[in-house]
Amino acid sequence: MLRPSFLWLVTILVASLLPWYADGPGGFVSGGLLGLALSGLAAVWPVALAAIAVLAFVVLDTRASALATLLVSLAAAGWILASGGLSGLPYDAELPLSLANQPAIGWGATLAFFAFLGLMGDALARRGVMDGDPFGTHLLVFASAVLAVFVLFPLAQVFQEVLRPDAAGSVAGGLADHLLGKDVWGLSCLTGGRRCGMVWNSIGLGVAVGLATTLLGLAAALFITRIRTPFSTPARLITLLPLVTPPFVVGLALILLFGRSGSVTLFLWDAFEIRPSRWIYGPQGVWLAQTLGLTPLAFMVIHATLVSVSPSIEEAASTLRASRWRTFRTVTLPLIRPGLANAFLLTFIESLADLGNPLILGGGFKVLASGIYFKIVGAQADLGEAAGLGVILLVISLGVFLLQTLWLRNASFVTITGKGDGGQPARLALPLKAAVVGVTLLWGAFILTVYGTIILGSFATLWGRDYTLTLANYVDAFNVIAGDHGLVWAGGAWNSFGTTLMLSTLAAPLTAALGLLMAYLIARRRFRGRRTFEFAAMMSFAMPGTVIGLAYVLAFNTPPIEITGTAFILVIAFISRNMPIGVRVGLAQFSQLDPSLDEASTTLGAGPGMTLRRVLFPLLKPAVATAIIYAFVASVTTLSQVIFLVSPRYDWATTYIIGLVENTNYGRAIAYSVVLIVLLILVVAFLQLILSRVEFRRVDDKTSRETA
Amino acid sequence: MPKGLNRAALTAVGLVAFAGAASADELVMYCSVQQSWCEATAAAFTADTGVDVAMQRKDTGAALAQIRAEASNPQADVWWGGSGDAHIQAASEDLTEAYESPNIDQLQDWAIEQYETADHKTVGIYSGVLGWGYNTEFFDRMGLKPPLAWSDLENPDYEGEIQVANPNTSGTAYTALATLVQLYGEDEAFEFLKRIDDNISEYTQSGTAGIRAAALGETGIGIAFLHDVIQQAAAGFPVKAVAPSDGTGYEIGSMSIIANAPDPELAKQFYDWALTAKAQSRALEAGAYQIQANKAVAPPPEAPKLEDTKLIDYDFAKYGSAETRSHLLKRWDDEIGSQR
Repeated sequence: MLRPSFLWLVTILVASLLPWYADGPGGFVSGGLLGLALSGLAAVWPVALAAIAVLAFVVLDTRASALATLLVSLAAAGWILASGGLSGLPYDAELPLSLANQPAIGWGATLAFFAFLGLMGDALARRGVMDGDPFGTHLLVFASAVLAVFVLFPLAQVFQEVLRPDAAGSVAGGLADHLLGKDVWGLSCLTGGRRCGMVWNSIGLGVAVGLATTLLGLAAALFITRIRTPFSTPARLITLLPLVTPPFVVGLALILLFGRSGSVTLFLWDAFEIRPSRWIYGPQGVWLAQTLGLTPLAFMVIHATLVSVSPSIEEAASTLRASRWRTFRTVTLPLIRPGLANAFLLTFIESLADLGNPLILGGGFKVLASGIYFKIVGAQADLGEAAGLGVILLVISLGVFLLQTLWLRNASFVTITGKGDGGQPARLALPLKAAVVGVTLLWGAFILTVYGTIILGSFATLWGRDYTLTLANYVDAFNVIAGDHGLVWAGGAWNSFGTTLMLSTLAAPLTAALGLLMAYLIARRRFRGRRTFEFAAMMSFAMPGTVIGLAYVLAFNTPPIEITGTAFILVIAFISRNMPIGVRVGLAQFSQLDPSLDEASTTLGAGPGMTLRRVLFPLLKPAVATAIIYAFVASVTTLSQVIFLVSPRYDWATTYIIGLVENTNYGRAIAYSVVLIVLLILVVAFLQLILSRVEFRRVDDKTSRETA
Repeated sequence: MPKGLNRAALTAVGLVAFAGAASADELVMYCSVQQSWCEATAAAFTADTGVDVAMQRKDTGAALAQIRAEASNPQADVWWGGSGDAHIQAASEDLTEAYESPNIDQLQDWAIEQYETADHKTVGIYSGVLGWGYNTEFFDRMGLKPPLAWSDLENPDYEGEIQVANPNTSGTAYTALATLVQLYGEDEAFEFLKRIDDNISEYTQSGTAGIRAAALGETGIGIAFLHDVIQQAAAGFPVKAVAPSDGTGYEIGSMSIIANAPDPELAKQFYDWALTAKAQSRALEAGAYQIQANKAVAPPPEAPKLEDTKLIDYDFAKYGSAETRSHLLKRWDDEIGSQR
């Protein structure tokens, strides 16, 4: 069989004819690697030489030449990136091309970079890594490259910014300036002062939100899985509503209800002479909005764990005469512990990362995420202090994340094996049931009020003053007028709406695929550095969106990879931030699939690729659906990640809406949000329909057991 | 090559094709006036010339920060609107480019003065007087007396009722800061700001947020340019405009072409168009009550008469200079902003 290496070498040949630089000399062919090398540009010679050397190594095809291929390809790929811009200096078109002055890489260099990675993958397989399976090794190399270039490199730039010396040239002084501001660590609120530092605000808020959402999520999950009621489906739908809503839209609804001119506030003023106050603008308001907005996330995680608890175990407990409460406490609860922990972890981190609610409801209450934002947008823009806050935020996220991982590592949670099992999930003890029903219904009613407000608000002429129904808010956002040169998409929302839709559609499948494939590598393949790989993959999970945004601005505004202001930077930011959810969902699913399934497949003669496709993938369908849907929804609804990365050409729905909110243009903001929510519901329903048709779940009736 | 890799390669090709198709000939603009006027202007330019506009609204200070951050790799062609001192600072940092439009002589003297001050790197396109608006319904119901002079804002009855923007991001708020410094002297101005700090509920990011909040009743008083107050009043909100009786400042809203713009020709086309009477007369239709720079455009009847207002002799060159701006903003951050 022809080794993949030859295909990669052909790819390099093709790449050498494409424009090597993004904004450099020449066009096709003349501006390609070959043309530039022949015209005497020394900077590209090493790449050309490396390609020739690798060709020789591949033809030789020995174990030693595979090692040589590996090293030379690594060097070449590194050189492509490093030769130009690692100095961090912008390209100066006035100066001649040289080692120190190079423009950003173009299509040729990008393609060649990928080809060298491919050569490394094949060389690893040749060296016998992963039993010589090229599929696995290619995957490993490409995934590692994504992590290195789009997670570690930007992160390194943030640290570099923090370490930048102060005006006196002292690194220690710079560090102190960047990390130790009194608005960061101050504790004056304990001694009667006005505000505590952002660090304490962020942590306090995150813990409060994490606890509240985990409890609410557990209640909702128990309500749906363990209580027989006709409300199960509506309850499930209501629970999921906030998931398809940009988090700050909930905050906006809270303003319409409880703000100074909110409907509840005005009612209380008119009826009981309670003077309107601004209580909603502060930590309470942010906490309320985040809890409402993030509970579905906790619910999803807990629900997924709850349904995958094999009923036979709970049945065994009750057969052994355990009471319902005891069964729940000693069997169900420990089994869903990873779900609870993940729910807390996810919502804590999401709360830390949330920018929208602190921006619109925070008032003077600043958290790290909004602190970073304010350090960057103002005329006093201070990248060093922003980076300092970013590092602190990152360390907290990462710390929580590590703590959680260590706590979860001790137990095995495999309950679904290849062997058949069945039975009914246990009923809940009565007091627990009452609590679950009460909490869920109360919360559901609140959610319905919030969404009623959102829908009504989008049609109201002017909320709080004039409730006449109108379409003006929608027309205002999505207007189309006739100009001298054809139709003009005059509504301000069109640009951001189109970009959001297109780029999210592009990013979601890529994100899910990368995440699940990484999970596959971590869970099922053995290779050196697996732990490091896992850590790196998960680390970007603990990176708040604001930090990613900041890191990308620092890393990708200058050569070698100059992509600020493009669509790429948005797509790539989504992939690297949302990919870990695919890893997480995938790992959770893999941990419940007995490796004996893989072994059976291998014994029957299937290769690793085929096992993945024919055996594991069908069992992973729920994870695939979850990952794609999550990735799509997350990229449409994110604010923190895109706020530094949007440009006039590629504006984002959420940044546009937050601009409207900031200008108190609530009517249009909320109309646009309704359009987004409806769109997301349609898309999620559609994805559910096509992806979950073969859902892997417990089957109760006889016919489906036979087909399964 | 394994199948999965083929698929990945196909996806990559798709990405490339998408990115290629997405870049088209369009004007990229940062806009620092109110959203509605920004959009109307972008749409009007497209309707008149057929050139598509990618527009992003950014508060004046935020736009300046963005343009500075992008200096090595500019993303936008033109910066339209926003208080003149930020434009002058951009000019002094060579972030913007000199351009001599054939339409310059159609403008009022104050607009041309701005143009001369900045060595032709920016030009005045509208002007407006600083003041505030208060919510008459709220004031009546609470039995409060409206503030008529800057010193009235210290009234403890207004605790938590005033909104003003953060001068780091907002041109409006910087104009207010510079006005107070010119009225009282620097130290006394900061003392005054500290005294009214308790009355201020929030330093918003956007300069127009405060007056919109006052219009909705979210706050009692919003410090703003009077044209923004009048816009809210004309839209039917219970707000009343006040030009402080102890003297006030004003802005000259400006326009600049960004240095090394991706498409300088389009930028110049827009610049010429934006100075014409036809373009500027559209402002009022879009609900913008600023006084336009083109001499042929009559000021809106609702606009405050400049001659009835006690205006200070605003020193644009000094308060637009990078040195003064940075100094004042730093001091504001240290003494007001970071105390929150």
